[in-house]
Amino acid sequence: MNSGTTIHYDEMFDAAGGVRLAYAGYADWYAGQDPHWLKKQSAEAEGFFRRTGITFNVYGNDAGEERLIPFDMVPRIITAAEWRRLSRGIEQRVRALNAFLHDVYHRQEIVRAGKLPERLLRENAAYLPEMAGFVPPGGVYTHIVGIDLVRTGPDEFMVLEDNARTPSGVSYMLENRETMMAMFPELFTRVRVRPVSDYPRRLARSLAASVPPAATVASGSRPTVAVLTPGIYNSAYFEHAFLADQMGAELVEGSDLRVVDGRIAMRTTRGWQAVDVLYRRVDDEFLDPLTFNPTSVLGVPGIMDVYRSGGITIANAPGTGIADDKAIYSFMPEIVEFYTGEKPILKNVPTWRCSEPQSLAHVLEHLPELVVKEVHGSGGYGMLIGPTSSKREIAEFAAKLRARPDNYIAQPTLALSTCPIFTRAGLAPRHVDLRPFVLVSPNGVDITPGGLTRVALKKGSLVVNSSQGGGTKDSWVLED
Amino acid sequence: MLGRSANGVFWMFRYLERAENTARLLDAGFRMALTRGDSASSDEWRSVLVTMGLDHDFRARGGDYTGAQVSNFILRDKDNPGSVLAMIEAARTNARMVRTAITREVWEATNESWMILRDRLGRPARESNLGEVLGDIRRQATLVRGAMEGTMLRNEIFNFARIGTFLERADNTARILDVKYHVLLPSVAWVGSSLDHVQWDTVLRSVAGDRAYRWLNAGSMDARGIASFLILDGRFPRSLTFCYEKLRSNMAGLAREYGVETRAHELLRNTGSRLHQTSIDRIVEAGLHEFIVEFIACNLDVATAVAKDYRFTD
Repeated sequence: MNSGTTIHYDEMFDAAGGVRLAYAGYADWYAGQDPHWLKKQSAEAEGFFRRTGITFNVYGNDAGEERLIPFDMVPRIITAAEWRRLSRGIEQRVRALNAFLHDVYHRQEIVRAGKLPERLLRENAAYLPEMAGFVPPGGVYTHIVGIDLVRTGPDEFMVLEDNARTPSGVSYMLENRETMMAMFPELFTRVRVRPVSDYPRRLARSLAASVPPAATVASGSRPTVAVLTPGIYNSAYFEHAFLADQMGAELVEGSDLRVVDGRIAMRTTRGWQAVDVLYRRVDDEFLDPLTFNPTSVLGVPGIMDVYRSGGITIANAPGTGIADDKAIYSFMPEIVEFYTGEKPILKNVPTWRCSEPQSLAHVLEHLPELVVKEVHGSGGYGMLIGPTSSKREIAEFAAKLRARPDNYIAQPTLALSTCPIFTRAGLAPRHVDLRPFVLVSPNGVDITPGGLTRVALKKGSLVVNSSQGGGTKDSWVLED
Repeated sequence: MLGRSANGVFWMFRYLERAENTARLLDAGFRMALTRGDSASSDEWRSVLVTMGLDHDFRARGGDYTGAQVSNFILRDKDNPGSVLAMIEAARTNARMVRTAITREVWEATNESWMILRDRLGRPARESNLGEVLGDIRRQATLVRGAMEGTMLRNEIFNFARIGTFLERADNTARILDVKYHVLLPSVAWVGSSLDHVQWDTVLRSVAGDRAYRWLNAGSMDARGIASFLILDGRFPRSLTFCYEKLRSNMAGLAREYGVETRAHELLRNTGSRLHQTSIDRIVEAGLHEFIVEFIACNLDVATAVAKDYRFTD
């Protein structure tokens, strides 16, 4: 998607070419570096990632082919004041999401109050009837949330997407920082950046705080936490292994687990050992072949029964994907207000629901300017980007839209902010977004300063997805 | 630890050990071929394939027993699931699977080995660079071992890794002996012939024992001495006795950590005491070949019992 001639907010330089406050320290340092040396460092970063094995598999390519997400060495920088406001907005939104999830699986007050059409729940595959009337241990639905933010101006951050299902990318946040500190140690003595490295410890603590009723954790010992991965061919396997390793948790596959005496147990060299908290990176659909997809070999037969009888904590809870739905997203301002009684601090991107005839008419008329997304889609697949599509592509998409309007939402093409990347010719602006990672436990909400910045490496492109040629940057929140 | 992880670590190190031993075996075949005529060297290449259990596959694929063809088949042929490249890949896949059980340095050494050897073995090896390629394989295996030695906790994970290493090494040394046992049998007609010396030298070289043997035996070489060296000399790190001494110690480590011995411990003790209570005279008298065949079977039984006792699979 191309940004055309719109004026973009650049996060490093103002319109007159002056350096903005957030980047003052970095720009100083950058000006003092030898460009040849920087080029060499940039080239070496890839080797570092390859050796470390930070790769991801691209679906649809040859099985087992591993690719790198390109890393850009110019950090994306946020001031302490900007971050304070952002984190207030994120916390508000995440609390609302959890209250919303509890409500949709219980009394559905929000539907009764006429704020959300019941149809959006009823006709949604992400809504799991198995979760109705059940309260997850500690009352937490989304232990880990990723809130995708885009920026359009000095004070304008908007939420593009909520990831309440199984947000990924946190390992890149951590490895990007490690890489930057290894490449430019002196930079971190000149600019004071808030650390992110304790994320795995906070994650472990947060998960351990959500033990299920059946867990018997002896005093002085820790609950047993395991990370459930689909296996080494999954695109995010590196991250699953990385997090398990950093947390000191077991990395398990479905075949390692079974129901033993009303608990989920893993096959260890000593026998079956009960798991208290399962951080699962397997989708709902594959979690339990007895309850969901019967052909799944990635999950554990019977885990939903164990879960519902208090034998295990599943993080995130099954059925949280309903909150990722883009039709639900369009109601987030109402949702936030309904459960918190406050105005939302973070705005939504304006969204047309194609299910509404008036909106559909508007969308059909303005397709060349709009971005149209499937309500259940993710990862940048199955969408139309009006400004870069041919007449024929638009006509084809319009037919799909007319056939199933309620399957789509549309948004304006945003003037996303840019941040410079390092190129052979020097710094060049590219569009970015930001995914902060949020931990929720019965003890509260914990937001790691910064998050993962994704960057569209192609000039003018607005698509930051790693599956579609995006890269990542280290994201800095400055100390006060 | 997970049974699957124990299995992964165990096989990761078996594959690495096998890849390294294969490189040594090829190296010995290569030297032998350099010093001999075509027909004799084709026998030698064939025996390398037999030792690795690959002769059948090689013949099925159709090829001549020349250095280039045999080396490429063993090192990198896509039709050969037991190629060195396939083993390095299998070791790396296992390492990836047990990423949380090994240190970052062990993982990076393994991953880097795979990256380097995949490039190296991406092109056919020629006689002119075969030595270099084989050297790379040995060097990479050494790097992984070094990372392991220097960074891994001495716990069950380390023990499973070592048990995999030494079961594989014992098996490999025994297989070399099995294929070459006739060379080591006393035969009136051949004793002292130069052919014998070359053959013996190859056997020693294929387990990297040529220098050690000469050093211990002050330059004199005889068949019985070599057999004894490879089977019974606890000082030589590729001898059966050495491997079983290490296995004993790593299995004892497991028993200590778990507070209980298993059937694998019992089997290991039986096989170990066989080595302990015998002498080369008795082995030769009862039949060198029979002794080795039986050893290989017992070694396999130990491996099977370890996998079962420690729940490697469901």
